[in-house]
Amino acid sequence: MSSQRSTPPTADPREAAPGGDLAAYLQVSRGALQLEVDLQVPSGQVVALLGPNGAGKTTALHALAGLLRLRAGSLTLGGRALDDPTTGTFVPAARREVGVVFQDYLLFPHLTALENVAFGLRARGVGRVAAREAAGAWLDRVGLADRAGVRPGQLSGGQAQRVALARALATRPRLVLLDEPLAALDAATRLEVRADLARHLREFGGSAVLVTHDPLDAMVIADRIIVLEQGRVVQDGAPAEVARAPRTEYVARLVGLNLLRGVGSGPVVSVAAGGVLHVADPVDGPVLVAFPPTSVTLHRQRPEGSARNVWRGAIRALEQHAHTVRAQVTAAGHPLVLADVTPAAVADLDLAVGAAVWVSFKATDTHVYPG
Amino acid sequence: MQTPADGRGTGIPPILLLPAGLGLAFLLLPLVGLLVRTPWSELGTLLSRPAVLEALRLSLVTATAATAICLVLGVPLAWVLARATVPGVRLVRALLTLPLVLPPVVGGVALLLLLGRRGLIGQHLYDWFGLSLPFTSTAVVLSQAFVAMPFLVIAVEGALRGADRRFEDAAATLGAGRWLIFRRVTLPLVAPGISAGAVLCFARALGEFGATITFAGNFPGVTRTMPLSVYLALETDPQAAIVLALVLLLVSVLILLALRGRWLNGVGS
Repeated sequence: MSSQRSTPPTADPREAAPGGDLAAYLQVSRGALQLEVDLQVPSGQVVALLGPNGAGKTTALHALAGLLRLRAGSLTLGGRALDDPTTGTFVPAARREVGVVFQDYLLFPHLTALENVAFGLRARGVGRVAAREAAGAWLDRVGLADRAGVRPGQLSGGQAQRVALARALATRPRLVLLDEPLAALDAATRLEVRADLARHLREFGGSAVLVTHDPLDAMVIADRIIVLEQGRVVQDGAPAEVARAPRTEYVARLVGLNLLRGVGSGPVVSVAAGGVLHVADPVDGPVLVAFPPTSVTLHRQRPEGSARNVWRGAIRALEQHAHTVRAQVTAAGHPLVLADVTPAAVADLDLAVGAAVWVSFKATDTHVYPG
Repeated sequence: MQTPADGRGTGIPPILLLPAGLGLAFLLLPLVGLLVRTPWSELGTLLSRPAVLEALRLSLVTATAATAICLVLGVPLAWVLARATVPGVRLVRALLTLPLVLPPVVGGVALLLLLGRRGLIGQHLYDWFGLSLPFTSTAVVLSQAFVAMPFLVIAVEGALRGADRRFEDAAATLGAGRWLIFRRVTLPLVAPGISAGAVLCFARALGEFGATITFAGNFPGVTRTMPLSVYLALETDPQAAIVLALVLLLVSVLILLALRGRWLNGVGS
């Protein structure tokens, strides 16, 4: 309970947060998962760890928080070594300057919103009155001043999320970690809370790592996206870059693109799954080709026109999306492609699973980059 | 009892209804008998007899003291059992539940052999401090605590196992050390379990008979608790025995109501 910090946190939440560059090379074994992640997050940057279930996102977060020891690697925050198995360094969670917004928030059910936010300050040795004042200011900042005396059971999902954020930031950590902070919210609340969260993280000033499996959350909130699959980093870049040039099938699916791997030779790419594609930008060697399903058109007859990529296949599946229907088209000797069509087109063309169709898309609609 | 809403009927074979009804009657009729034979008109005078009041007071004081001892020792013990990962914990847990199934009179004998004037520890207590525990109110408290503590430990351990440990992680990331987490997070979270355990423990202590009469004896005002009084009065003054039994029944019903209240309101929030 006694404060191990050299400088106790001040009570004023409006003061600038301390700088906290995070430099981590995480190696953790957890059951079948072998996590190996290189994570450098400069102060002020928000990084999203994006990946499917079981990719190791939460494990990485627990290692950063000090709830899990590294097997190998190192972890420093603002120049202070927090975990390093080679030197036997391990700073437990309670003595790290790390704030965590947990999945399901984990607000203490027996304490009021105000007491929840004040908890960290009290634990770090701030006096009762000062801690309550600071907690009140934080609740005000997240727009919940009027809910201070309420227990978590009476809060809505969005309110609980904001209390959890205030609780994590109230101790003015150098690093804040967020584990699926929006997953528990319904769609309408999510939109609003997502925008608020992005704003608070920008104002926070320290390093932030956000775990999510929702690409939209990652795109809106983060400055940088790191994609994890099976414990490894498969892609690391700015949101726009990840959205435009996905490197794996998983990412392509998330951002809604067709992604084909192949070998380029001039304007033609030999696709690994079979067939050739005509592309606009000539690239030689191993390449990835991405193109949106909206640029793929379906026809009953062989189409005439400028599209260079045309082949005959059959519809394998039809999925209803918000306002369009996504068709999967397979063909022997050609890759599987996704095509977005309107429900009206489905009716006009009499599209059904198993129906024979022609697919076509223009070379200029493809984006080719080294694979 | 009710017909399920899905229209499947209860599915109870009629042949079970007879033994079920007999079982119900077997459990409830004795209580009805007690109520029927209670001399309601003399209730006031019987209850205000000094011997009755004395036994009631002694029972309440000793059972409360025993419950306090069980809380102070039993909650930490439950904690260690729920959380310790050292080998042998399972064996300790098994041994601990022994007093649950042990005939209380055996417990009384065991306490006597340990703490009696010639007992393993008792002889030293007597030689060095002049302390003699048997046949004192302290012995009553010890007998009750011995028999009742496992109830508390099991209830609290169950509550701890059911508690979400991620709240402790959350508290740790906020800078809380183990002792603070214990006091401010985990203890409040398992408070309903501790209350339920304490109520059960109190009920068991209040009804303790075998270990008490063996280890503490039967002295009016000192070790003669309610259950002992009921048993003795039955031979000499059946009316008083009935009244005393009625009081114990009333206390039991109150305890049951308290437990249901806990279970209905406490755990869910």
